[in-house]
Amino acid sequence: MAVSSPTQTSQVMNNVDAVRATLYDAMKNDPRTVILGEDVGARGNVFLITKDFAKEFGPQRVIDTPIAEASIVGIAIGMAMEGLRPIAEIQFADFIYPAFNQIVGEAAKTRYRSNGEYTCPLVIRTPYGGGVRGALSHSVSIEALFYHVPGLKILAPAFPADVKGLLNAAIDDPDPVLFLEHKKTYRLIKGEVPDGHYTIPIGKANVLKEGSALSVVSYGLYVHWALEAAQQLEQEGISVEVIDLRSIRPMDKTAILQSVEKTRKLLVVHEDNKFGGIGAEISAMVAEEALFSLDAPIRRHCAPDVPAMGYAEPLEHEYMSSPAKIAEAMRELARF
Amino acid sequence: MATTITMPQLGETVTEGTVAQWLKKPGESVEKYEAFVEVSTDKVNAEVPAPVTGTLREILVKEGETVATGTPIAIIDEVGAATQSNAHGTEPTQQVADAAAAPPKPSNGSTSHAVHPPQAAHAAPASARPAELDIVGLEAALRVASPAVRKLAREHRIDIRALQGSGTNGRVTAQDVLTAAQMGPAAAVGQAIAVGTNFGATGAPAMPPTHAKPPVGGTSTYGEPIPGTTIPLNQARRIIAQRMVESKHTAPHAWSMVEVDVTNLWKWRQREKDKFDHETGGLKLTMLPFFIRAVVESLAAFPLMNARFTDEGIYVNKDVNIGIAIGLPTNLVVPVIRNADQLSVKGLAVASAQLIDKARRNKLGVDDLAGGTFTVNNNGSNGSIASAPIINGGQAGIVTMEAMVKRPVVTADDAIAIRSMMNVCLSLDHRVVDGYVASGFLSDLKRRLEAMGPAGIL
Repeated sequence: MAVSSPTQTSQVMNNVDAVRATLYDAMKNDPRTVILGEDVGARGNVFLITKDFAKEFGPQRVIDTPIAEASIVGIAIGMAMEGLRPIAEIQFADFIYPAFNQIVGEAAKTRYRSNGEYTCPLVIRTPYGGGVRGALSHSVSIEALFYHVPGLKILAPAFPADVKGLLNAAIDDPDPVLFLEHKKTYRLIKGEVPDGHYTIPIGKANVLKEGSALSVVSYGLYVHWALEAAQQLEQEGISVEVIDLRSIRPMDKTAILQSVEKTRKLLVVHEDNKFGGIGAEISAMVAEEALFSLDAPIRRHCAPDVPAMGYAEPLEHEYMSSPAKIAEAMRELARF
Repeated sequence: MATTITMPQLGETVTEGTVAQWLKKPGESVEKYEAFVEVSTDKVNAEVPAPVTGTLREILVKEGETVATGTPIAIIDEVGAATQSNAHGTEPTQQVADAAAAPPKPSNGSTSHAVHPPQAAHAAPASARPAELDIVGLEAALRVASPAVRKLAREHRIDIRALQGSGTNGRVTAQDVLTAAQMGPAAAVGQAIAVGTNFGATGAPAMPPTHAKPPVGGTSTYGEPIPGTTIPLNQARRIIAQRMVESKHTAPHAWSMVEVDVTNLWKWRQREKDKFDHETGGLKLTMLPFFIRAVVESLAAFPLMNARFTDEGIYVNKDVNIGIAIGLPTNLVVPVIRNADQLSVKGLAVASAQLIDKARRNKLGVDDLAGGTFTVNNNGSNGSIASAPIINGGQAGIVTMEAMVKRPVVTADDAIAIRSMMNVCLSLDHRVVDGYVASGFLSDLKRRLEAMGPAGIL
């Protein structure tokens, strides 16, 4: 793992703990840090990430907002442009649409519009993703909607140590960052997290497992499932390389290309819909830059193009992938 | 219940068929109407649909074997029967069916099933496959060569057609190429070919005509010869070879050529083509149907050209059935327009377009290929300006339409004009007719083609 300034000690945390610890340190270490969003204060966030923050840092720095996402981001943009380091929270990614104009039309363009005179050092955190019986309005993946926008960074770490390192990098970044936290991994995934302040460079993927038969690129919850599937295939004699993107945009082209040039086969796995998704951009990039390394068509294992994840369990299962489904997609490509 | 599948009769005059390829292996399931075996007769390959849904239990005729129509070639267990037979239950129905359908076999189906478990039966055709890989299979393998395979094959000078692929459907994978390359020139003999590889129409640069590693201390300046490859004969290639030799040996060929001014015909075709395309939903109006129309009219005027030589005498056909020679990448087929003399130019255009389309999709039936009395070959589509075609056996002649080229021509009134000229070549069976009739036929054909112009009606 790329850790810029590791400390000697570490603690086992889940992803919620990692977000909480990182936010706490930011509040503690930089008086310019402000957290704002729905229920972040008195309630301490619906996942209890900012529990007791309001008590310790006061309502001026931990601000409960109305249910008005456009205002949350709009106000945060103003704060950021005037010298604060706001961390805005959208309670669920499903609710981010009212803030689309503020994020895409304002935050992402601030530096360009002002010819560099203003920047917008804003972090927008939001839990996303399904598999928690969240139904239509608590399950969406929104990354592709913002992926198209230059000026916006999108991070989606999967492991607690990456959550901390990348959230620190996002907070330090002088430009707007959309920080996606997969809600199913919140308490499911645990791992060692180094103590102290460190950052992981934005735009660097992580090769979790080396392999030779095919490359699998994923992010978020599906990274864990892809890893599980790859370990299963290892026992079947198929060596799969698994790459955790961590940073969706900017994309780590080098890591992907290096891997594809080695294995000659690429499978992109993501929870978001297939059409026009992150996998589409990765596929196009590889086709442009590494066509003559490819020994098989690029494959994308993604959600079907239906409007939403259903509440009914069979529908949710159908929409979501699983380690078994990913393993089958891997086998198919390995066989080709 | 078991169903015995017999060699079908593909066409009214067909008495035997060759199993070209098993599309299913023993143990695999087949849907009713799903093609499970490819059978070839004469020049046609036909996929045979399964009459029932079930599991292919046993293959009775190996690929490449020829049997009479009606001979059992396979046994399919209908749905539900496979589990029964695995349980070794008594199967009175099945025994009756097998015994009735396959009398030459002393043991019934249930016994043979017990002796040959599916895996064992499976192994034989699977291992037999690569050796019998036909040209069509090779073409298919070439088509799915991935960019990485092409690149590696070029780098390592491997002829991927010589490799046995380990991928899906025998696809040659990048790893296969690397493995062949690692085996080195000596070990790769018969496996990988270093020089003279033609990568088809991909525009790949030709390989240098020298050995990659000249042998040290060898006596020859040019090094050891690099072994070539033998492409196995498939049924179609065998038949073509046989027919060509037969025709050339039995029919003494004479040859003649006329040049035809098709300027006005070309104008007519140009005037009609868009309307025709539109009316027929995208069929292309080529020069071929005009040409066939003129040929059938000339055949009517010279019926001896629509005849064949027999020991009893010259048999003159009443039907005018025109074969059209169609070159395919690996094959030549000559489907027939029946009673072509009864069709207008437009009718001929539709009929020929349909046959050409069927030929390209490998969907010609035996009846599409039978009964030709005279053959037309549009050789000019490849730019040829003269050719000496071989007569299709049992016919008196074959004409070719060569490429249309614009040339300065001295006209009847001694002027020089730019005209669209086309050569028409005729090969004739000299046993049937002599030069007198043949020349009459050719000049008649020339006159008819030159008379065709924009005033005509399709």
